[in-house]
Amino acid sequence: MKKSILFAGVGGQGVITAANIVANAALKQGENVITSELHGMAQRGGDVKCAVRIGDVYSSIIPPGTADAIISFEPMEALRNLNVVSEDGVIITDINPIIPPLVSIGIGEYPPVEDIISRMEKKCRVMAIDADSIARKAGNILTKNVVMIGAANAAGVLGIEKENILKAIKEMLKEKYVEMNIKAFEMGEESVSKYL
Amino acid sequence: MILLEKNRKAVLLGNEAIARGALEAGMDFGTTYPGTPSSEIADSISAMARYMKNNGIEPPFYFEYSTNEKVAIEMAAAAAISGLRTLTCMKHVGVNVASDAIMTYAYVGCNGGHVIVTADDPSAHSSQNEQDNRRFAKFANLPLLEPSNPAEAKEMTIEAFNISEELKLPVLLRTTTRVSHMRGVVELNEYPMEKRKGDFKPGDYVTVPEVARKLHPVLLEKMERAMEMAEKSKFNFIEDFGGSYGIITSGASYNYVREAIDDLGIKAKILKLGFSYPVPEKLIMDFLNNVEKVIVVEELEPFMEEEIRVMAQKNGITTPIYGKGFGRFTPLYEYSPQVVYPTLAQFFEIEYELKEDAVEATPRPPVLCPGCPHRATYYAVKKVAGDDAIYPTDIGCYTLGLLPPYKTADFLLCMGSSVGSGGGFALTNEKKKIISFIGDSTFFHAGLPALVNAVHHNHNFVIAILDNSTTAMTGHQPHPGNSIDGMGNEAVKIDIERVVRGIGVKHVEVVNPYNMKKTIEAFRRAIEFDGLAVVILKAPCILLDLRRRKRKIVFEVDQDKCTGCDVCINEFACPAFYREGDKIKINESLCTGCGYCVQVCPEKAIRRKK
Repeated sequence: MKKSILFAGVGGQGVITAANIVANAALKQGENVITSELHGMAQRGGDVKCAVRIGDVYSSIIPPGTADAIISFEPMEALRNLNVVSEDGVIITDINPIIPPLVSIGIGEYPPVEDIISRMEKKCRVMAIDADSIARKAGNILTKNVVMIGAANAAGVLGIEKENILKAIKEMLKEKYVEMNIKAFEMGEESVSKYL
Repeated sequence: MILLEKNRKAVLLGNEAIARGALEAGMDFGTTYPGTPSSEIADSISAMARYMKNNGIEPPFYFEYSTNEKVAIEMAAAAAISGLRTLTCMKHVGVNVASDAIMTYAYVGCNGGHVIVTADDPSAHSSQNEQDNRRFAKFANLPLLEPSNPAEAKEMTIEAFNISEELKLPVLLRTTTRVSHMRGVVELNEYPMEKRKGDFKPGDYVTVPEVARKLHPVLLEKMERAMEMAEKSKFNFIEDFGGSYGIITSGASYNYVREAIDDLGIKAKILKLGFSYPVPEKLIMDFLNNVEKVIVVEELEPFMEEEIRVMAQKNGITTPIYGKGFGRFTPLYEYSPQVVYPTLAQFFEIEYELKEDAVEATPRPPVLCPGCPHRATYYAVKKVAGDDAIYPTDIGCYTLGLLPPYKTADFLLCMGSSVGSGGGFALTNEKKKIISFIGDSTFFHAGLPALVNAVHHNHNFVIAILDNSTTAMTGHQPHPGNSIDGMGNEAVKIDIERVVRGIGVKHVEVVNPYNMKKTIEAFRRAIEFDGLAVVILKAPCILLDLRRRKRKIVFEVDQDKCTGCDVCINEFACPAFYREGDKIKINESLCTGCGYCVQVCPEKAIRRKK
């Protein structure tokens, strides 16, 4: 068994933490798991990606065209990594663009979100959710990464028992934020119900 | 704290696994200078020490963030020669700084085990070059271990201490970004808690020429014994998946090879080298004799390939050897399945189609954070010196001044080079203004000797010391300008202004960069000054400052006053600003409330949101 999930987003959105929660949940389920991430220069508002691979895996980089899912915290970042996902895979993306500062000063363009989504739909299934709004409703924009995990799990791309994810959340997040994040997880689960 | 738990499995970063390995091996003494991708090794050790102290437990080791990598090695060498187990970690280019010490340290050797971690950065994700530090193992004559994943990183760290102690020679443990920043499942075993003391006994440790000549053959003899150990090491093993072709590989490359075996259905014999220098000659020759042809899969330099070719020639073995130049294998950039799969398919003569549908996506390079004091500094400097000046820069977040619209970075070699090169530019480009930028941690690391040079020779340029009171880019490690050290102990805070004045700089000003007018005036006076001038820009890193704040302050654009002149976006370029239709707005979740934009806006159209 092999499962490959790419978490993508912008530095500061909690992408690496999300991947780390999923990795720990996989271990709690008794699975072998590896992840890859980049730190340092790659963190200052730049694009961030973090692969989570579960099962008989060795490479921390997902071979192109083989990922079961892309979980993206920003639409352009889903598109940037389209090469990684399999045609049988699924993309779950947030719909709120973060315009790169270079675009603001006239270097490059940011296409309409609908165009980005239809470009991706040519390759595989896409589930688009407003994770920013959901996270705010859950209590804090910073719970967005857990909203995305909830959505991914409800869509069946993680293959991990909910109970193990909740255990990982409890172990890894500060106690005072746990309740809010569990709410965010469950709201994330609901958010993709229209696609299922 | 997971890193201190026992008898369980945990998902650890490669770097955390190294720190854990050091703990389990009974490390007595640890030193570092932070640098990506090595930083989390030392940060984990620092966190363990502080956690123990907070819980009333005396840590079983001493640890420090040293001023630079050379000092880190010298500190640790003294502990190791006194019989203690020591760990020193740094990024690949840090070894260049430490190399003056390391080259002779190999002659002198150690008594307690000393593991030197070099974290290399193929593809230069966060570095100024992608040098291959396996060359240092051969250059200095040090044994080399290369883990492929976090579990191996922990085991090899423990074994490296044993090898070092047996040979009385420091051992290099080399990771790459993809190993240091890979998470994987690691067993957490028991670790000792007793604190040991050093016991220095004089010996042949003073490398005057006579002693150096005596120690050099001793070093070569140690490396012969290291080769024998590599021949038998459990980290050097063969996996037989059938067929008659061979693969020799190490480090992260092994992971791509091993997975290709399953994904591509390759039949091959893999020789995986974990104890990879000295390259075990007998093991390699036996392997070459048992395969029809072999391919060496290694990132960057053809390090193993060259060793293997020389050995094959020496032993009269004619098995064809493939490596760099075959398929997609070059000395450039990190390997990945994208590089390794098609190349192995070609070598094994099997059908494989790589799915490479490249997608156009707008680039999103890293930028200075909203509220970063460096942005304020650059904005003010550009007002005074414009595009005509030469801006030597240095290693840190502020290197991002390279990007438009600031473009305040013209030349960079290494840590401290802004100050050294500033004098060179001033003497050779007389009509230009020279303004060098250097951060506080970098100033202590390598700026000081260059500053002494500039003062002594009366060079005429401006040094801007960007003092945000931390080592920001690598994760906010303390430095000599802080009053708390890496163990959480009180430390002597070294005042940059007093240092600069003490060395003899005649024109020194300290300003708060968030005050635009005063900063502009300070730079104007510094540029006009005939001689070396130093401006110290003192304001904490915004990320640290935000953690200390209780209330969130944000600013907004008064749409009645805004004329859409775009100065805030085109010249100041804070990422919190964005256009919506013909309006300019501030993204509240990005705004850090620094308020600098209020000074920038010519229409006074920005105000604090109530």
